[in-house]
Amino acid sequence: MTALAAEPATAALSLRDVEIAYRVRGRDREVVRGVSLEIGRQESYGLVGESGCGKSTVALAIVNYLPRNGRVTAGGIEVAGRDVLKLKGDALRRYRRDDVSMVYQNPGTAMNPSLRVGRQLAEVFRLRGADRTEAHTRSVAALREVHIADPESVLRRYPHQLSGGMQQRVVIAMALATNPSLLILDEPTTGLDATVEAEVLELIRELQARHSTAVLFISHNLGVIRRMCRRVGVLYAGELVEEGPTAEILANPRHPYTVGLLRCIPRGGLRKDRGKLDTIPGFLPPIGAPLPGCVYVHRCGLAQEVCHAEKPTDHQVGADHQSRCHFHDKAQSLPRATSNTPVQIPIDKGGVPLLELDHLAKTFRQEGHEIKALGGVSAILWPGETLGLVGESGSGKTTLARTLLGIVESTEGSVQVDGRTLPPKLGDRSRQDIASLQIVFQNPDSALNRRHTVRRMLKRTLAKLAKVTGNAADDRAQGLVDDVRLPERALSARPMSLSGGQKQRVAIARAFAGEPRLVVCDEPTSALDVSVQAAILNLLVDLQGSKRTSYVFISHDLGVVRYLSDRIAVLYLGRLMELGPAETVFDAPHHPYTEALLSAVPTVDGEERARIVLGGEIPSAANPPTGCVFHTRCPRFLGDICVNEEPPLVEVEHEHAMRCHIPIDELRHLQATPPPPRSRDAV
Amino acid sequence: MKYVAQRIALGLVSLLLLSMMVYAAAQVLPGDPGRIVLGREAPPSAVKEFNHKLGFDQPLPERYAKWLEHAVQGDFGANYTDGRPVTDDLVPALKRSLFLAIYAFILCIPVSILAGVIAALRRGKPTDRVITISGLSLAVIPEFVLGALLVTLLGPAGLDWFPGIAGALVGASFWTKLDSLFLPALALALVLFGYIARMARAGTMEALDADFTRTAVLKGMRRRQVLSRHVLRNGLLPTIAVISTQVGYLFGGIVAIEKLFGYPGIGFLTLTSAQIKNFPMLLACVLVLGIVYFVATLSGDLLIAALNPRIRLQGRE
Amino acid sequence: MTRPTAIGGPGLPQLPVVVEGTPPLAPALDHPSRIRRETIKQIVRSPTFIVGAVVTLFWVVCAIGGAHITPYDPINDSFTPSYSPPTWAHPFGMDRVGRDVFSRVLAGARSVLEVAPAATLLGVVMGSALGLVMGFFRGWVDNVFGRLVDAVLAVPFIVLAILVLTALSAGSEGINVTSWQLIIVIGIAFTPIVARTVRSAVLAERDLDYVAAARLRDERAPYIMFVEILPNVMGPIIVETTVRLGYAVFAVATLAFVGYGPQPPSPDWGSQIADQYADVTLAWWAVVFPALAIASLVVAINLIADTVQQVLDT
Repeated sequence: MTALAAEPATAALSLRDVEIAYRVRGRDREVVRGVSLEIGRQESYGLVGESGCGKSTVALAIVNYLPRNGRVTAGGIEVAGRDVLKLKGDALRRYRRDDVSMVYQNPGTAMNPSLRVGRQLAEVFRLRGADRTEAHTRSVAALREVHIADPESVLRRYPHQLSGGMQQRVVIAMALATNPSLLILDEPTTGLDATVEAEVLELIRELQARHSTAVLFISHNLGVIRRMCRRVGVLYAGELVEEGPTAEILANPRHPYTVGLLRCIPRGGLRKDRGKLDTIPGFLPPIGAPLPGCVYVHRCGLAQEVCHAEKPTDHQVGADHQSRCHFHDKAQSLPRATSNTPVQIPIDKGGVPLLELDHLAKTFRQEGHEIKALGGVSAILWPGETLGLVGESGSGKTTLARTLLGIVESTEGSVQVDGRTLPPKLGDRSRQDIASLQIVFQNPDSALNRRHTVRRMLKRTLAKLAKVTGNAADDRAQGLVDDVRLPERALSARPMSLSGGQKQRVAIARAFAGEPRLVVCDEPTSALDVSVQAAILNLLVDLQGSKRTSYVFISHDLGVVRYLSDRIAVLYLGRLMELGPAETVFDAPHHPYTEALLSAVPTVDGEERARIVLGGEIPSAANPPTGCVFHTRCPRFLGDICVNEEPPLVEVEHEHAMRCHIPIDELRHLQATPPPPRSRDAV
Repeated sequence: MKYVAQRIALGLVSLLLLSMMVYAAAQVLPGDPGRIVLGREAPPSAVKEFNHKLGFDQPLPERYAKWLEHAVQGDFGANYTDGRPVTDDLVPALKRSLFLAIYAFILCIPVSILAGVIAALRRGKPTDRVITISGLSLAVIPEFVLGALLVTLLGPAGLDWFPGIAGALVGASFWTKLDSLFLPALALALVLFGYIARMARAGTMEALDADFTRTAVLKGMRRRQVLSRHVLRNGLLPTIAVISTQVGYLFGGIVAIEKLFGYPGIGFLTLTSAQIKNFPMLLACVLVLGIVYFVATLSGDLLIAALNPRIRLQGRE
Repeated sequence: MTRPTAIGGPGLPQLPVVVEGTPPLAPALDHPSRIRRETIKQIVRSPTFIVGAVVTLFWVVCAIGGAHITPYDPINDSFTPSYSPPTWAHPFGMDRVGRDVFSRVLAGARSVLEVAPAATLLGVVMGSALGLVMGFFRGWVDNVFGRLVDAVLAVPFIVLAILVLTALSAGSEGINVTSWQLIIVIGIAFTPIVARTVRSAVLAERDLDYVAAARLRDERAPYIMFVEILPNVMGPIIVETTVRLGYAVFAVATLAFVGYGPQPPSPDWGSQIADQYADVTLAWWAVVFPALAIASLVVAINLIADTVQQVLDT
């Protein structure tokens, strides 16, 4: 992107035609192929892209801390007017200390596990000459600024004794303590729970305003970028393909990649019966691949001869909005890669329910403590129906899935399939029972045996669950591979040769091999890029349509859950808080936790509702709060009744159950306006 | 505290199991002890009397229980050969071996750790290759081979800087001891160097690549501070674990080294008692070695727990 | 990927011919079989591997050839001069009873290489089985065997071997040790060490989802252990095998030195050193050359092991 005229010489960050390469197995491979951008002082700029686009590499180059085999091969990087690439020794150290700070993913490993938090925070101040007492005082002040209620006690602890949200706050405090000109955030909230993420993002906004820092926010999540950044740059294969104000780009994208990305995300409450998600065909080019023309040409629906031959220049498509495309004016008429015929899946409610959970509970015993991971969950699922499970960490959704399948033995309650009660232990279940309940795991790398071929995996599953062997099995395996839209060659491949999306398709094929009645999908797309995610979700919907399978769909992505699910169950600390049809749960009136969760999650469409930020941390399952387990953080807290008495799960409307002391009519009235803020300090 | 008690309990169980296994091996396999000791020529009545006197005509579990009862009080029985209490020879031998072992550790540990850290800091460069390869090679060469080579180089067969035989060194001065034991200690130290330097290198490399090192560097800290406060503090923890388990290997090497240099430590004693089939002594030696190993690993674990807050303070407060 | 052809005239957007899922299975530059070929090339070209392989091969040839390829008879003591230093006729000199040391060094490879590989194999097979069982079942199986393993590992390997070998030859006068006894004792002594390594590799695997997926296929424990998990821990097992081989040579030599091996006049290296050490000041060559032989074999095997480990770990 050609640099726009920012404020003279004091732009917080200025990248000019930066090219970065990694040396892998003896060859230099380009990762970043010429990126130019500028961030003005106090501006927040989002850098968005999928995995492998080079965004983290750019961040590391700015702080001059590329891995051993990486180097900047061309271009210039300037922060607050200083040429970063020329800095060495003391000058480099001073630059890192004063001008730039970085916060990255996984705050737990960002801190030294052998030193107390206080010492590590004080280091920041002592490096600038403060003595021990002054460093301590300033550390306490810094922690208060990030809303930590008891700073003295936190300073005395070790990093592993703090929760994820708390750790990230400490890291942010360390980063902003020196008032840097530029703050780089590389996926800072990926891996944090939704409500915790909302708080941390809010905190970042507050601090940015107070410290007047420029922010470079790197993320794959367009919703988060929308909430946090005024301007955004879209990175693909190491090039900035589009850049401009966030609201404008999201409403009026002018590059086929951006258009494609936005179409992959379920927006505006889209549901499977109203439309299909679009996908982006093809694969990201590998690093170091020669790309003489436009980097996006192999996947672009608008590609012509000129796109292969000539690299497009940056076209100005609006005030401050640029697109690197030969056909930017036609970008929004990009033809769909996947047709938009929605799949109608009839749900058979006559007869016996497919699945019935009756007060299913699981208590773990760990070192003398009793952890109630799942407390008495009851639900019914019909053939062809999808039940979405929503909840944060500790909610028990994974335990529910595993208990239902028998991988984990339930301590109370029962699971019934077609009216038949299943033994709680997997080993006691019959072959048919096991075949009827299958799962697609989150991580395709660990779900497939690295040493087995796809054919072997499928044929074994067919032999064990469907009792199909020999030539019949070969035919069926081929059929399964066709169903998941993999080429025939995939059968002889090992997982190593497959991409993430392809591996997940194999996992799905394997799950369907035994003709299951119910498939549990445990965050099946969380480890995949957005463009791949859309294809997998479409596949799941198609398979449900043709095979009339039911799904229990677990995800932290509420847009995806809403797209796929017929009914939704909201879990908190092992208890079912709300259960009802998807639309009913998503609209008010709903449980206060659901209300907070929905407002916490950043969406691409922006917030229609006021943001509720929950204070405090998610309580530990070993020590749950008394009465209603949500009362410690509930924005609609009533009073003593919430502390003393656990509300029962009650059907408040037709097919809509809630666990709350507040009657539904009053909730409807209350939720018309946002709640008063409770104390946000974390303890 | 609970952790300490747990480890001690586990260790004692292991020792108990060990004593049972060794006792069984020593008593069951040989068959007839009286015959073994008195020889083929001895008359059957003498053999029978011998066996009865030492209680060998009683069933195995009872013999074991009796032996154990004495053993925990420090009485390991008497030699088959001359009837003297086992502890008479055992205790001084143990002291001599401990002296040699500590000498070897002192020679070895500082240099090894330094070499490992330097190799990690200069990863991939020639210095690293040299240190790694030499560590690798030295770790597998049998100690007695190194000892023999050292003696031919530095001992009487070569430059004659140090003596080739150590002897019992009864009443010798501290400096004479250091001089006589230098070659055997060096042989042991060189073998240990291999393990310890490699562990130090691996641990330091892992710490260098860790996120928290990146955080420290990006704070603008000096390289030396990053190294001492962040890298080494975390990187050398696994090395401590390795050092305490090396005690086992060390005492293994001591057997051959003590034979080579004629130094009557516990290794030498084990060997001679095996050769003359003096089972009470052999049994006692094996057990003492087990106890030494147990104490060493326990101390190592405790040291690590003291240095590693994640073990010391479990979970969130 | 094929280029779209323009139909219906220029200016109209075209759908690309390929759809997701049909392109090549993996980007060409990083195809796994190509990576494997490149790494094998890297191993074979690595200087450490070459040195290690050449030396090991040399000793293997010596072991196979034995007395047939030595210039002089290694056991015959018909030469009367004793303690003569290295000359052209006798490059390693002659020992106390007038035997040619060079011949004895070459011939000595056999007694070591007869025992070491077999012992290693035994130890690795038993240790892997034990490690698999301990790592997979955990619970009381792991605890009980774990205590036993800890107990055995508390005593230095050499001492344990001495103890068992003494007990085995207790019925006779002196110490008589056969090759088979050595193989079995060393193999058994290696079992707990290998078991520990395999166990930790298995522990890392058993929590992966493909094991849960196997359970959801109604698979039984033996199938999961041997068909699902074992192939994935073969890497560490191979590395451990090569390392153990070096230690097997170490063990055989040391045991021979302390008297638990072939007795004189066998040209075994360890017993040679033990035999000739008393007169080392008079004839260093009779000690140094067998010592260097042991060192060279052990280091060579370890160089191979290290290269293999580097390749399989990454």
